[in-house]
Formats: sequence, C-alpha cells, structure tokens
Amino acid sequence: MPVYYYIFLAVALFSIGVIGVLIRRNMIIIFMCVELMLNAANLLLVAFSKMHQQVLGDIKPTAASDAQVFVFFIMVVAAAEVTVGLAIIVMLYRNTHSVDVNFLNRLKN
Amino acid sequence: MNNSLQIVWLIPFLPLIGFLINGLGRNNLSKTLAGLIGSGVILASFLISVYVFFIVKDGNTHLAHYFDFINTASIKVGFDFQVDQLSSLFLLIITGVGFLIHVYSTSYMQAEEPKDFAKYFSFLNLFVFSMLLLVMGGNYIIMFIGWEGVGLCSYLLIGYWFKNNDYNNAAKKAFIMNRIGDLGFLLAVFWLLAKLGTADYHEVFANTAKLTAFDITGITLLLFVGATGKSAQIPLYTWLPDAMAGPTPVSALIHAATMVTAGIYMIARSNILFTMAPATQTVVAIIGLATAILAATIALKQNDIKKVLAYSTVSQLGYMFLGLGVGAYTGAVFHVMTHAFFKALLFLGAGSVIHAMGGEQDMRNMGGLKKHMSITHITFLLGCLAIAGMPPFSGFFSKDEILAAAFAKNPAFWVIGVLGALMTAFYMFRLYAMTFQGKFRGTTEQEHHLHESPAAITFPLIILAILAVIGGWIGIPEIFMQGGHRLEAFLEPIFTQSNVIAAKHEMPHVTEYTLMAISVLAALIALVYAWNKFSKYQKTSTEEAGIGKVLANKWYVDELYEAIFVKPLQSLTAFLTNIIEKNIIDGFVNGVGKAVNYGSRQIRLLQNGLVGTYVLLMVLGILILFIIQLFL
Amino acid sequence: MFGNDITIPHLLIFFPLVAGLITFFIKKDASVKAWSLFSAIITLFISFASLYYRNNTALSGLAFNYEWLKYMGASFSVSLDGMGRLLTFLTALCFPVIFIATFKTLYKNPKAFYGLMLLSQAGLMGVFLSTDALLFYFFWELALIPVYFLCSRWGGEKRIPATFKFFIYTFTGSLLMLIGIIYVYLHTGATPYSDHSFSMQAFHSVSLMPSQQNWLFWLFFIAFAVKMPVFPFHTWQPDTYEQSATAVTMVLSGVMVKMGLFGVIRWLLPLFPAAVARFDNIVIVLSVIGMIYASMIAIKQDDLKRLVAYSSIAHIGLMCAAIFTLQQIALEGVMIQMFSHGINIIGMWIVIDLIEKQTGTRKISQLGGVSQKAPVLTILLVVIALANIALPLTNAFVGELLMFSGLFKFSFWYTAIAGLSIILAAVYTLAMVQKVFYGTTNPLTATMNEISWNEKMILSVIVIIILMTGVYPQPFFNLTKDTIATIITSFK
Repeated sequence: MPVYYYIFLAVALFSIGVIGVLIRRNMIIIFMCVELMLNAANLLLVAFSKMHQQVLGDIKPTAASDAQVFVFFIMVVAAAEVTVGLAIIVMLYRNTHSVDVNFLNRLKN
Repeated sequence: MNNSLQIVWLIPFLPLIGFLINGLGRNNLSKTLAGLIGSGVILASFLISVYVFFIVKDGNTHLAHYFDFINTASIKVGFDFQVDQLSSLFLLIITGVGFLIHVYSTSYMQAEEPKDFAKYFSFLNLFVFSMLLLVMGGNYIIMFIGWEGVGLCSYLLIGYWFKNNDYNNAAKKAFIMNRIGDLGFLLAVFWLLAKLGTADYHEVFANTAKLTAFDITGITLLLFVGATGKSAQIPLYTWLPDAMAGPTPVSALIHAATMVTAGIYMIARSNILFTMAPATQTVVAIIGLATAILAATIALKQNDIKKVLAYSTVSQLGYMFLGLGVGAYTGAVFHVMTHAFFKALLFLGAGSVIHAMGGEQDMRNMGGLKKHMSITHITFLLGCLAIAGMPPFSGFFSKDEILAAAFAKNPAFWVIGVLGALMTAFYMFRLYAMTFQGKFRGTTEQEHHLHESPAAITFPLIILAILAVIGGWIGIPEIFMQGGHRLEAFLEPIFTQSNVIAAKHEMPHVTEYTLMAISVLAALIALVYAWNKFSKYQKTSTEEAGIGKVLANKWYVDELYEAIFVKPLQSLTAFLTNIIEKNIIDGFVNGVGKAVNYGSRQIRLLQNGLVGTYVLLMVLGILILFIIQLFL
Repeated sequence: MFGNDITIPHLLIFFPLVAGLITFFIKKDASVKAWSLFSAIITLFISFASLYYRNNTALSGLAFNYEWLKYMGASFSVSLDGMGRLLTFLTALCFPVIFIATFKTLYKNPKAFYGLMLLSQAGLMGVFLSTDALLFYFFWELALIPVYFLCSRWGGEKRIPATFKFFIYTFTGSLLMLIGIIYVYLHTGATPYSDHSFSMQAFHSVSLMPSQQNWLFWLFFIAFAVKMPVFPFHTWQPDTYEQSATAVTMVLSGVMVKMGLFGVIRWLLPLFPAAVARFDNIVIVLSVIGMIYASMIAIKQDDLKRLVAYSSIAHIGLMCAAIFTLQQIALEGVMIQMFSHGINIIGMWIVIDLIEKQTGTRKISQLGGVSQKAPVLTILLVVIALANIALPLTNAFVGELLMFSGLFKFSFWYTAIAGLSIILAAVYTLAMVQKVFYGTTNPLTATMNEISWNEKMILSVIVIIILMTGVYPQPFFNLTKDTIATIITSFK
C-alpha cells in the first residue's frame, strides 16, 4: 500500500481534530479531538517507520522498530495526560457544574 | 644663590601658623592673645622680609625648591619659592602694611565676640599667607595657588558678618567675578604647559623664542583677563565697590593695598611676555585708562565714604595698568607701592571716622570732624595730597612716571590720564572737605560720641602717613636728581629682558617739566575748587539729575550686567531644568517606559481566556508556517 | 580550592564576600553594625597591605590564574596594578567611613542591609581586580544587583520608580556590554582547553576590523556611560541619589561611578583603539556639554542631594573628556581625581545627612543660619565645598589642573567652554553654602545642635585627606604610573 494513503488518513484525522477543537465548546469533546490529533501523529510515525524499513532495512536493522517504540511511548504519555486532564475536568464540573470552555475563561477568579 | 636666603620659607610659614593657632583655638583664646598672635606672626614675617630685602639689595636672589608638588612623566611642578627684587619688594609691602593693619584691627574689631575676633585674625593671617605664596611662588602654578587663596580669604572676609545676606551676596559676587578672571589665568597656564611643558618662570622666560607671536599674544591676553578679575578692571571691576561690605581694615589690606595689586604683580613678573606682545600691551593700556576714567567719574558722585575710596582704588589700579601697558613696569610697581601706603592710610582713616561716627558711612551726615579727631584729620589730609599727586608727596612721583611714559607712547593717553588725575584731586578733596571741614551734619547723639580713636588706630595712621609722604622719594626722576631713581636701579634685573626689546623713550627735559607742571596745576585747581565748594556743603534733598544721576548710579553697569548676564543665565538654567531635563531627556526615557507599558496593555487584550481563540491562533500560525514552508 | 595561592586580590574580594554572607545569618540585629564595620576595617587593612607590598608581584596575583570554566576559556584571574590599587583602596576606605558616618541611622532589617552592602563591596573589588572579561562582567553585576535591592527597600517615598529607572538604565547598558564581550570572545584565539578565551590578554590581542570596532565601541561605551553617567544618559542619577538611603547614595556616587571610568580605561581603550580614535571627538563633546549642562541645572536645584548629584555629573564629565583626550597628563589627572571625587562627594553626603537628620529637610530654601548653631560642621563643610570647586591646595585642584591641561592639548575651545564649569561650580556651591549655612536662623534650624564628636572625627578625616592630597599629591602619581604608561604605549 503506498504511503500516501496513510498520510491522507492522518491529515483527515488531524483536521477533524483541529476543527473539533475549534468549534466545540464541550471540554470533553475538545479533549477527545486533541487525542485524535495525537493519534494522527502516531499513525504517521508508524507509517513512515515502515517506509523507512523498506528503504534502509539492509543498512540499519533497527530502523523499523525505532518509531514503533516511540508510538508506544507517546501512547503511555497520552494515557497519563488523559488521566490528569479528565481529573481536572471532573473537578471543574464539580465546582462550576459546567464543562463549557467559554464559561471558564476566567481562571484567575 | 645665597644661603642666608634659605629662611624665606619662614615668611609665609609664620602667618600660616598664626592662622592655625587662631583658627583652632578660637574658642579658648582671649582677644588680647588672639590679637597678639595675629599681629606678632606678621611682625616676625616683616622683620624677616626686611632682612631678606637687604640681602636681595646686594644682588642676591634665591630659588628655593622644597618638594615636588606634581612630578610625573609629563609635567613637573615644584613647590618653589623665588626671591628676587620684585618679590622682596612685595614682601615688604605685604608684611609691612599687613602688620600695621593687624595692629589697627586689634582696636577696630574690639566690639566682636572673642571667638569671632580670633576668627577674624585667623582669616587675616590666612590672607597674608596666601598673598605671600602668590608673590613668592617660583612658577605660575604656585602663583595660582596664592591667587585663588587670596580670593578665598577675600570671600571669607567680605562675608565676615555672615548674618547679613547683602554682605554674603557681595562676597559671592567678588568670588565669582574673580573666578571668571581665574579661568583666563588658568587657560594661559595651560597654554604655557602645552607649548613649553613647564610653568617655571625662569624656564618660560628663557624659552620665549619657542613661542609664536600668536601664542604670546594669546597667553598674555588670557593672563590679562586674569588680572582684570583680581585687580578690578573693566569689565570685571564691579565686585570691588561691593566688597566694601567687609570690615574696613579688610578693605584697606585686601581691597586697596595688596590683593588687588596681584594682577600688576603678575604682569610685572611676566613683563617679557607682555613686551613681546605689543597688541596685548595696547589692550592693557586702553583698558587701564578706560577703567581709570570710568571709576573716577563714578567716584565724583558717591556719598558713601568707603565707596568713594573703592572707586578711587579701581581708578588708581587703572593707572597702574596704563603704566604696564606703555611699558613703564617700574612705574607701575612704584605706584603699587605708593598706592599701598596712601590708600591703606585713607581706608584706615575712613575706618577711624566710621568708628567715631558709630558706624555711619554717609558723608552727607559728617562734616567738621577736624575739631574732634586731629590725628586722623592730619594724616588723612596727607593721604589726600599724596593721592592727588601733589609734589613732593609719594603719589606725585609714581603717577608722574606713569604719565610721562604714557606721553612717550601716545600723547592722547597722557591727556586722558591728566583728566583722570584732575578728577582724582576733585573727588578726594570733596571727600576730605565733606568729612573734615564745615559744620557737623549728623545727629547730636553722634556728635557727643565723636572722639579721637585709640593709639592702636592712630599709630598705624601716623606710620602710613609718614610713608605716604616720603615713600615716593626712592623714585625721584632723573631730571631732579642724578641717580635719584633708586627703585629703578633696584628692579633693573627683573626688567632686563624687556628693556632689551623695547628701548626706553628719552624725552627732552623741557617737555618733561612742562607735562609735570600741567598735571600738577590741573590737580591743584581741582583741589582748591573742591575744597572751597564742599567745605560749605549743606544737606539737600534734591535728587541728582542728568549726568549726575547716571554717575551716582555708577553708569548703571550693575544693572546692565544684571540684564545681559545674570537674567539670561537664570532663564537659561530654568529652561534647561524645566524643559530640556524634565521634558526632553527624562521625558524620552520615561516615554520609552510608557510606550512599553502601553504596548503591553494593548497586547494583553489578546489573552482573553477563551481557549477557542488560542487554538484558532495556534492553528492559523501553523497554517502560515505551512504556507511559508511549502509555497515560498 | 586555591591551594597556596591566596593573594591580596583574593582577600580583597573574598573577605567582604564571606563577611557579607555571614551577615545574613547573624542572630542579633545589634551586632550586625559592629560586625560590618569590623569587616570593612579589616578590608581596609588588607588594602593598606596591597599598597605596602607594591612591588611584590606574587602577592599582587599576577602570577596566579585559577581555571574557572576551563572549557569556556574563562578563568578566575585577578591582579593588581596601580589603578586597581588606587580604586580598591578607595573602595576599602569608603565603606568604613560610610558605616561610621551612618552608624546612628536605624534601618529596618539591618542584616539584609549590611549584608547587601558588603556583597556590593565584594563586587566592586572584583570589578577593579579581574583580568578576565567574563569575571569582570560577573562582578559588575554582583556589584549592581545588591544596590538595586538596597535602593528599592530602603529610601525615600518615590524609591520604587527611581530604582526601576536606575535598573532599566544600567541593565540595558550591562546587557549591551555582554553582547559586546561575547562578540569579542568569539574572535579570540584558542586555548589548550577551549576554542576561545575570556582572558584579558586574549581580548587585547584580538584584531578587529575598524568597522567591527565602531559598533562594539558603542556597546561598551553605553554601558560605561550610563554608569558614570555621561550626558545624556544621566537622568537616573539625580532621582536615584535623591531617593536612596544616604549610605547607598555614598556607595553609588563615591565608588560605583568609578566603575564606568575604570571600565573605559581598562577595557574600552585597549580593545578598540581605532574606534576610540574615531569617536573621541563625539565623546568629548558630549562630556563637555554635560559639564555645562549639569552645572547649570545644579544652580536651579533646591534639594541638596540633587544639587550634589548634578555637580557630580559635571565633575565626571570632565574626567570622561580627559580620558578620551588620551593625553598622558590628562590620564594622570583622571587617576587622582577618581580618588578625590570619591572622598569629596562622600564628605558632602555626610554633611547633608547630618543636616537632614537634625532638621528633617534637605530643601535649601527651608534652611539657613546653620553656621550659628553648628560652627564646626560649617567649617568642615566649607573645606569640602571648596574642594568641590577645586580650590588650590584641595585635592580636586590637582586633578582638574592636569585634566584641563590635557584637554587643552586636545582643543583650546573645548577647554575654554569646559572651563566655564569652574565658574558655574562656584556659583552653585557658594549659593548653597550661603543659603544653608549663613544668614539668620529660622524655626527649622534654630533647634540645631553642634554635631557629635564621632561625626566631627569622621568629617575631619575626610578634610585631612582632602588637604593632604591637595598639598602633596605625589604618592598618587607614583602609584598609578605603571597603568598610565601601559595605556600610553598601547596608543603609540
């Protein structure tokens, strides 16, 4: 499968994420859109790593696994991030009974 | 070089000691002790000066080097004293007249508190010290040290009664006007240092060939600017009449006999440079003559006894500069000497009168004092005759010598000079007649109080009167007595170099006699006229009008200076302070601060807290980066 | 760390530094003053030793060089030459004088106050001693940063804006200099451990194109000009002097302004000779304008502190002009004047402080007749004031004589114009003396008392130094001969 299929998919995912972040006001949706963008990046990493293996496979055997390791790494970090992020949202909801970002524009209060 | 001259350092050192004792011990010394110390050190200095004088008279001079004041790779200024004919003569005048005035002061200042009394004497001693430094210095820098030192003492003594703000203003004015002159002096010294690398007299005078004509003219003009400040010549003379705010003995010592002649000493010392700069000499002569006339006209209409004497001093100093300008250096120095005698006498006599009148200085309230104060009267009369140039009193010989030299240079100088002499005789005898002749015009209380002054006051008067009479006899012109001009012979070594360049003008004896006769006759007529007119003086309340008013108001020179220098300076400083400093320079700096502040306040509006906006901006930024990266 | 190589320069830096750090941890507020004074006096003795062992190079730190940041080419190298000795001595002398003169003043949180003062002293010492550009910059900031805190925490009502201005001005200058130092650093040759070097020798041997020198010159010059300050970079100074606590003002005006002059002589002149030759005229014109301008503004000031501040700008202007004439005679004058100016201005501050403490005001218009109440104070002040107007036989005369002579060799007209400041100085100084000390007393001054014996003593010390230097200035010339010779030969 040519690599640009993956690229198109990643671009589509990323754009959906961006638009979602821009137009939605629900914090949880925004959060999911951010995850979507992150995964678009992950997809590209995997795809390019595969492509590189085909090109560099003879010279550098580890070329394929390098990026895959990173993807796992990113997924772990993303999971940790989600934990913290959701915890914040829950706390905010408890205090303000709202998950609307525009409502929360005054952090200093 | 003479070993017996090595004690010269004692001459200035003793007054310095006197200054320290009186200054530090002023709270503990009694008046008698303070007066004794103050006068005693000057007497000792005088005795040493006499001793030095007799050694120098035999042709010995001495250049003493004590320590290096400044000694670096680029400049060497020694703390040197030079004792020769010129300085030894000045030493005699300073310590001699100085001593008499110290004695006089012990009585005159008796009304002061003991500690102020001691302060007064310490200042006076400090003045003598500075003045001695001025005339003994072996280079221009030491001379300048003394030069500024006497200025300081003059400042301190004019403002001696420091509670009175007018006196303080007079003191400040004197100091600042002197400073203007000092700047000229300093620039001349810098010029010498830049061209010759030295300020030592003997090296400068030996190397005049290395200077271009432009250098010499520039240096001498600047030196002369210095002299106009210290010696109260046009345009810097206005401080001297105001300086009469000081105690009268101070006026006698500083503002008549010694300090104001420093400019003449300086030019006489640098005579070679001036002789080599004819342009400067003309300037000196013209300024001197102009000052002599201007001050004499003002003196005609003054009513304050000290003010008349002050303007008379300015006028006489003008004659000395005329002498210097026409190359009669000996005549100028001679006049310094005779002037020191008779002007100190007149000031001290005036002081005695003021003392008797209980502080009154206005001549319109005096009159008929000869009955009450016979010694003061006689001595004062002798002084007036001397300053009016009556033969055989001292003023006649010295003034005549200057006028004769002026005639040789330019007869017009002589005519104006005689005119001035005529006015001198007039205002002096106006002063004399208004004070001593006629009827007493003061209050009865004052009349009761009138008395002859104590011995401490009359003794100096008598000595000075004797000197004012006979002091001129050391300079009797050739035409009267062969070898009579002993002063000229004595000062010969100082002016040798100048005499080589500018040969003396010899004139026929007939001319000389005629000139003398005319000037004496003119002065005599003025004298008699004034005596007659003002012996019958009555107090009138009529205001002066016309030219008389202009003269009484001193040609409005003070007002003129106020309008063209003081006021604009004040406006300029106000402008700089309020506009330039506050608004422009500081305004710019603060403006930068304000601009940053304003900018940040504007940019802060972007931080509105809406997450959506942030993200939108972020995305837009990324898109722009993409576009730049991919399409440009 | 330093092995056996503790030398006088190290002691001069580390003694105040350690003493200052200890001050922060002293428990009793009362003993802080005594401790700081003690440490300042010890530093003074070390400085005396530096003058005494003048010819001993081992003690002067010349032979010693501790590799500090080896791989960056920076070393902890310090040394003492004539100018360094002079200025470290001035620093060492000023601090005890300041501490004694303000001994009675009570500061809140004295630990911090005196600690910062001593740190600043250490920084000043370092500036005058370091022979490594990075070290120089480090100490430059070490001297300034405590002063920012001192100005902002202790002082008058408007101290915060004044300090802020001071901070922005000096910090901008410092950063420009840092850029300049880094640029020059990148052009130095390699050392065994690093590609470039910060050492002074390396800096001096850099050959820069005239075009590079031209802008580097301004980077350095602005830093130094702000510190001096030279017209038109001076407006921080009157505000800061006015608002700071007097002790801080004394440090600022007595010693810190010398950092700028020192920087020009030690770093600017040898680094950019071509640019100096090109811009000397501009700098001298600025300085001369500053002299006249500041003197005129001083005439109008009503606050004693501001008056002295402007008078100081005028004096510094002359020194700056004299340096850039590059005349030997002028540099000799600058050396002695750097010392004299410090002594005189501290004397002025002490007098002002004494008056303010007793009457509660510094306004000239509100004072008068002080001499009747405090004659000794008046006499001492008059001597200091006369030194301020450079009367002969006071210390400032010698310096001004030499500096003006040098300036004269450069240009007659500049000298004539600059000379006007001599007259203006007399105008404002005498007017001040007259209005404050002479005349009649008013309700504010009527209750004044004579100053106490320790105040008399400290002012007398200053007056004695003024007169001694004025009568016999030769030791100062002997001390700084070597520095001047180095500069002059490098410009031949």
